[in-house]
Amino acid sequence: MARALINVPSSARRGSIVEIKALIAHPMETGYRVDATGAAIPRNIITRFVCTYRGEEIFSADLFPAITANPFIAFSTVATESGEIVFTWTGDNGFEETETATITVT
Amino acid sequence: MTRTAAALPDPGRRRILAAGAGGAAALLFTWRPARAGPGESEAAIRTLTGGVAPMPGRVRFDVPPLVENGNSVPVTVTVDSPMTAAEHVRRIAIFNERNPQPNVIVAHLGPRAGRAILSTRMRLATSQRVVAVAELSDGTFWSDSVEVVVTLAACVEG
Repeated sequence: MARALINVPSSARRGSIVEIKALIAHPMETGYRVDATGAAIPRNIITRFVCTYRGEEIFSADLFPAITANPFIAFSTVATESGEIVFTWTGDNGFEETETATITVT
Repeated sequence: MTRTAAALPDPGRRRILAAGAGGAAALLFTWRPARAGPGESEAAIRTLTGGVAPMPGRVRFDVPPLVENGNSVPVTVTVDSPMTAAEHVRRIAIFNERNPQPNVIVAHLGPRAGRAILSTRMRLATSQRVVAVAELSDGTFWSDSVEVVVTLAACVEG
């Protein structure tokens, strides 16, 4: 279980634009580095990030080795209804992590 | 004049030195990962756009022009778009020219985003030009590029 940090405002006015920030602990090993013995370190990265709002996909991204360790992604969305915002990261070696945030729309 | 003769390096020692230098050079080349190069970056952009060259404008790519640590460079892409169902940004992608791979990120968004903005942190192997490309709902592609100077490189060491 990797640790993830997500930042979603707990409440928002209907129709307002809210900023969403997501950060997850992950080495994002590029596959281009070598260890102390000179052997190549195999690639281990997160390849996809998906964000759904009340079950509907609002944002997704394909990540490449040029993204830093502990990938950080910030984007925005329109607060439409109260509900759950679900974040999913998937990657190499069967990596999968899901985090959920709840937003109350007034 | 026996002293001069003794001071001359003997051929055996030279051979060893040359072999050592050659070996070190070979190690350097094998350690360095391949660089993407401007051509590959261009090719990656064309793969995204389907062969169309993106037009400059409408996209603002914020990258610090001088980067101390290439391992973590904060970048923000903003696209001038009303983000309505009729007119919005479909994709935002970032490319580089001199990392081992030209792609950095491809983000998919839609009218639900409200604002066409994407922030992330990227690695930079060396000083280079980075490009942001946006695909709009009308099928047009726009881009912005920034020259970045990096003092500590990522990828190769650390």
